[in-house]
Amino acid sequence: MRRATHAKWAACAAAAALAATACGGEDSGGGSDTGAVLSSSWGDPQNPLEPANTNEVQGGKVLDMIFRGLKRYDPETGEANDMLAEKIETTDSQNFTITIKDGWTFSNGEKVTAKSFVDAWNYGASLKNNQKNAYFFGYIEGYDKTHPEDGSKQSADTLSGLKVVDDKTFTVKLSQKFSTFPDTLGYPAFAPLPQAFFDDHDAWLSKPVGNGPYSIDSYTKGSQMSLRAWDAYPGTDKAQNGGVDLKVYTDNNTAYTDLMAGNLDLVDDVPASQLKNVKADLGDRYLNTPAGIIQTLAFPFYDKNWNKPGMEKVRTGLSRAIDRDQITDTIFQKTRTPATDWTSPVLGEDGGFKEGLCGDACEYDAAEAKKLIEEGGGLPGGQVKITYNADTGSHKQWVDAVCNSINNALGNDRACVGNPVGTFADFRSQITDLKMSGPFRAGWQMDYPLIQNFLQPLYYTNASSNDGKWSNKEFDKLVDQANAETDTAKAVGLFQDAEEVVRDNMAAIPLWYQNGSAGFSERLSDVKLNPFSVPVYNEIKVS
Amino acid sequence: MGRYVARRLLQMIPVFIGATLLIFLMVNVMGDPIAGLCGDRQCDPATAAQLRKEFGLDKPVVQQYLTYMGNVFTGDFGTAFNGQPVTELMASAFPVTIRLTVVAILFEIVIGITLGVVTGLRRGRPIDTSVLLVTLVVISVPTFVTGLLLQLLLGVEWGWIKPSVSTDATFGELIVPGLVLASVSLAYVTRLTRTSIAENKRSDYVRTAIAKGLPRRRVITKHLLRNSLIPVVTFIGTDIGALMGGAIVTERIFNIHGVGYQLYQGILRQNTQTVVGFVTVLVLVFLVANLLVDLLYAVLDPRIRYA
Repeated sequence: MRRATHAKWAACAAAAALAATACGGEDSGGGSDTGAVLSSSWGDPQNPLEPANTNEVQGGKVLDMIFRGLKRYDPETGEANDMLAEKIETTDSQNFTITIKDGWTFSNGEKVTAKSFVDAWNYGASLKNNQKNAYFFGYIEGYDKTHPEDGSKQSADTLSGLKVVDDKTFTVKLSQKFSTFPDTLGYPAFAPLPQAFFDDHDAWLSKPVGNGPYSIDSYTKGSQMSLRAWDAYPGTDKAQNGGVDLKVYTDNNTAYTDLMAGNLDLVDDVPASQLKNVKADLGDRYLNTPAGIIQTLAFPFYDKNWNKPGMEKVRTGLSRAIDRDQITDTIFQKTRTPATDWTSPVLGEDGGFKEGLCGDACEYDAAEAKKLIEEGGGLPGGQVKITYNADTGSHKQWVDAVCNSINNALGNDRACVGNPVGTFADFRSQITDLKMSGPFRAGWQMDYPLIQNFLQPLYYTNASSNDGKWSNKEFDKLVDQANAETDTAKAVGLFQDAEEVVRDNMAAIPLWYQNGSAGFSERLSDVKLNPFSVPVYNEIKVS
Repeated sequence: MGRYVARRLLQMIPVFIGATLLIFLMVNVMGDPIAGLCGDRQCDPATAAQLRKEFGLDKPVVQQYLTYMGNVFTGDFGTAFNGQPVTELMASAFPVTIRLTVVAILFEIVIGITLGVVTGLRRGRPIDTSVLLVTLVVISVPTFVTGLLLQLLLGVEWGWIKPSVSTDATFGELIVPGLVLASVSLAYVTRLTRTSIAENKRSDYVRTAIAKGLPRRRVITKHLLRNSLIPVVTFIGTDIGALMGGAIVTERIFNIHGVGYQLYQGILRQNTQTVVGFVTVLVLVFLVANLLVDLLYAVLDPRIRYA
């Protein structure tokens, strides 16, 4: 297979030097071809490709193709539906009995059993394996023994809360009540792992084996991964195409150019510089759909200046000084939507998204902004500095625009300035070391489509991503209540109450919801992006 | 000659140590790289500490440097954050960049020197003026403009080439990127050769050679060109290193997965091992290229050999 590809490339290269030739792929005219392979842009995953070690979109894309977990989030609604799970039962929101369906295997022939899950979760939680998503297992009893918080030697290798009952059943005991726990199980970190993973780890890493609709045909790190539809896949969401070639691009502009030249079928990240002409270039082959990502400005509550009484007025005033409509229109070409709460529209109303929950506090009003800031005692030191990383994501543009908006509203040229930090790593380490002196950029991409995920990790006292170290007893109490509530609708209501506490204190300024964007060639149809802004590859039809 | 080479080799040691130490320090002052590995969230402290220990980042910088250099001499360049050994990254990146550099250097030598000789011999004629004008334009337009323009025209509008280079990066695919990469240096080579030829054309030994009745072709290649090439060789020699390290822009535009790409990723992810490893090899390339230039002098001009 690989040889053949080489030969083809070489032939194409030679031909390309002479004349215009179509080296694209096997064209078969109209109708969809379930054997045809499409090519898609990709970025080099940052971490080794293991379910519990992958925390960014590029690696997650692959995991979504080669793994299926107990649950799967509906590509359209984001709802958590049973996949491998036959049933997940609980009487007290703390002890769960999970039964898995019959007939599932890994693509190497191994059966998927209860042990595949328990082993995988134990591996992910164990400190010695350095898994970056280990905290996902933090709710399971015994986590503090396999993953001591202070980094001391772990006293257990396995989670005491996990027990295999038989081939098809296992039980999970959590260390606290968590009613929506089953809905978190669609996250890739909870994927099952075959015995081959533990027997020969290096071999598995160079060519991962999973139980999803695709299997990996070849993987050249840093350049390309070829995935092919796995014929014996037992699930209902079989691949509608023959496979996907993920090609690593150093620059999304080049990927876009390749799409224009007919050299690539799918680009899932339209470069900002092309947003102006993408409509004209692609027409309805351009997708711009909401994703579970919200951008906010966080505050350093460990800094006395930002935490003294009255500052909530200053924070609200700053929020009111930002003209979100204008910035999302002019800078983002409507690929972001002004935020009116602290979650995301992908949750849907039943899931906890409440349009307008922020109310006046998120509406632009220069006069009111000025008044609020004065009432609150003015800006600390007379100036706010918004810190951001300048290396990726074109953050400079919008930070400058936000500052402009604040300066105009306050009638003061020096009220707000941007404070760039060279690299993302440095930006993160300054945040971790509590070195922020003013508001800073914060982005949150959901792990699973639950309102809990937009609030608890970010605003609960000492939570994993509470970068501003905000702490509020009332908020914590409401979140605890919500997690203990077995009735989903009631739980969502309690989370929304907690969100109102965030609003009243303006713990973080919500800026906008981010959309996922994609462009595709004429060969493809049925392309859509899931709530995580990843293309739903198995549904794409190639003609 | 032997002593000369030995002295040049010894001089390379302090340069090598100094350059790697500087890079090591520079990458280290950018902060804690582990903090950037967990995305827009904080790594849990226990895992972060564990990773720091694994990459040796918990030790003082000087100790890190010494361990690193110790390992380098045994051929171990460490591990990148995605779990791949840096030597593996090098094995995939350097061949590609070397091919690209070879294409670029060939363009410089063939087109640059030819144009230089032609214009140098016809100074002041229309061809000389027009070539001078073209080279001026090439020098003043940044590489990324030339690159993007050629990519758009040849790749998208006319469809002569593929806008991006495939994983294999064969010579055929690298022709256009190589030309883009070479463009500025090519213009300099043309101008250097032209000036040198024009100057030496009036020198005594050329007049003597002509007076002896040697054929014009022999006068130009054996006498005029050989003496005029010394500054050009210096330039091309140092340019080898510059092209390999400076290919970042070209490699990005044409999606070439070479040294520039790996360096860019390494810097973005603040991966000390990758950046220092690649820079170490690039420093070596620079040093060897300079050594070769000095040795070539001796071949071109025997007087230098005895100095």
